[in-house]
Amino acid sequence: MGQTLFDKVWQQHVVKENDDGSMLLYIDRHLVHEVTSPQAFEGLRLAGRKPWKISATVATPDHNVPTTDRALGITDVVSRTQVEALDANCEEFGITEFGMNDIRQGVVHVMGPEQGLILPGMTVVCGDSHTSTHGAFGSIAMGIGTSEVEHVLATQCLIQKKPKVMRISVNGALPAGITGKDVALFIIGKIGTAGGTGYALEFAGEAIMALSMEGRMSLCNMAIEAGARCGMVAVDDATISYVKDRPYSPKAEEWQKAEAMWRELYSDADARFDAELVYNASEIVPQVSWGTSPEMVLPVTASIPDLATAKDEVQREGWSRALAYMGLKENTPIAEISIDKVFIGSCTNGRIEDFRAAAAVVKGKKVAANVKLALAVPGSGLVKQQAEAEGLDLIFTEAGFEWREPGCSMCLAMNADRLEPGERCASTSNRNFEGRQGMGGRTHLVSPAMAAAAGIAGHFVDIRDWS
Amino acid sequence: MQPFTTLNGLVAPMDRANVDTDAIIPKQFLKSIKRTGYGPFLFDEWRYEDRGEPEMDCTNRPKRADFVLNQPRYQGAQILLARENFGCGSSREHAPWAILDCGFTCVIAPSFADIFYNNCFKNGILPIVLDDAIVDQLFKECAAAEGYALNVDLDAQTVSTPLGQSFSFDIDAFRKHCLLNGLDDIGLTLQDSDAISSYEADRKQAAPWLF
Repeated sequence: MGQTLFDKVWQQHVVKENDDGSMLLYIDRHLVHEVTSPQAFEGLRLAGRKPWKISATVATPDHNVPTTDRALGITDVVSRTQVEALDANCEEFGITEFGMNDIRQGVVHVMGPEQGLILPGMTVVCGDSHTSTHGAFGSIAMGIGTSEVEHVLATQCLIQKKPKVMRISVNGALPAGITGKDVALFIIGKIGTAGGTGYALEFAGEAIMALSMEGRMSLCNMAIEAGARCGMVAVDDATISYVKDRPYSPKAEEWQKAEAMWRELYSDADARFDAELVYNASEIVPQVSWGTSPEMVLPVTASIPDLATAKDEVQREGWSRALAYMGLKENTPIAEISIDKVFIGSCTNGRIEDFRAAAAVVKGKKVAANVKLALAVPGSGLVKQQAEAEGLDLIFTEAGFEWREPGCSMCLAMNADRLEPGERCASTSNRNFEGRQGMGGRTHLVSPAMAAAAGIAGHFVDIRDWS
Repeated sequence: MQPFTTLNGLVAPMDRANVDTDAIIPKQFLKSIKRTGYGPFLFDEWRYEDRGEPEMDCTNRPKRADFVLNQPRYQGAQILLARENFGCGSSREHAPWAILDCGFTCVIAPSFADIFYNNCFKNGILPIVLDDAIVDQLFKECAAAEGYALNVDLDAQTVSTPLGQSFSFDIDAFRKHCLLNGLDDIGLTLQDSDAISSYEADRKQAAPWLF
């Protein structure tokens, strides 16, 4: 019987299998940021331990960094302390760090692939749930907690039980205007935020393989919002050409050898999956989340649900609480919801393709009068540089957007970028939880083009009708 | 890590599905570089009227009277009773740190998000999965009787109610062993150093670009 993509990569990384079925899994790449690592480094110090393999680990600060003028430093003392702690820990343990003023600094999940630190068939971890992003390269990429960050630093391994594998296929061609983000939200809307719990997901089918690497990263990024341990896409020409000639990717003879191995990273035709779901690309309409969980999502053409249609009492309670928090009424058409702020960026949608798509929408137009703030926050210094080389920064600023320095920014509002209570945001980020973008803030998750269009119109619009 | 063996503890009900880690411990508290001190900020936005900031003294902050953990009958609770998909969202271990710092060493729910579930074991917290219907029953019993306590026996893998009804739960043998003995799993893994080095030597031949 054939193997799944997941099985192939997993098998190559098993160091030892224990009697109870748990395994010691070798980790090739460990990305580190300032929020989930200080206690892990402290643990190493207290136990007198050293990192097992320093070259496997690369760090960058992203959650706390200001997106305004970096020359001013970080004014929030607590944020500054955390970023300085990362600098000091990397210095002490000899770990490569792209610091706040390095052009390569950025959201850890944008920086990694951009530098060629993420290669097909790797095992990748980071103390961050959106590590699932890197499954776009046919790697097993998992978010871990701080204790496991310490465990990986000290041993280069994780103790894991093999998850089940679910294949989600999207067949046919995606209609115009539908992005990897819409596919991700569509799937989460179908299977729910716990639909993938206990599973590794493989995204497959014509529509998925037609996505760019950026699109695949947006999709795998949100595998965690479906509760999955990780999300993956098979390796193909798009993967290989993205990885080629990146600073940390293999060169010359090693490249030839690597490429030959990577070309084997797909699920065999007779591979068996523990679960399988199939959707048609033609069913997917631009998505807008309406509630306080990513599964509370609908096509832009729909209306806010009627509580009477909830499947059970627990869901009805959840919807009712979400409507109250979001300040929305049942049966309101989504296109009638007006917004106060726009956020374009994050590990989900902070890559060059995302800014190109958003810039194409806002070009020559102005942000609506009711929109108080429209932020475009590149995912990394290099994304920012590339966008500026293409003149995208000017398109944004002329339209009334603020063009910022790279970081996580208003995706989770750990820095100064946040929503005030009651403010409503069209956001390209990944979570619409209560308070996620600021206490009392109301988040609607959308694709970059949809966020840009909402910023110009002042309310949600169907990007397929945009001219 | 403190071992977990048995617990007879007061139960506090958190009657919401999909409680996410942003709700458990909001992002501003993630700026701390310590493992402790998160307890006063557990469920901060649901618990207090004002916006919490790191290192704030919470003694005199205005509390939301309708929030369950603010009710006198649940003070001192050690078992958190929750609904499906508890702990979804981010990987922040600050969530179990806050739960532990607030005095809880056991969470019972019909299901947990993977990363949160795993993080609990690293901190001496026992997450127990029980059937939806049983959890529903526990919610009802808890609401009906002030001082409602459950008895948890990790070695026997049982949860017992005050009326003597007992439910068994599943747990991985390795996790159970670590929790019962308060073991540091880094130390255990380092006992396999030779296996790790040998794996690396083989892998370096097959995929030299990874080294």
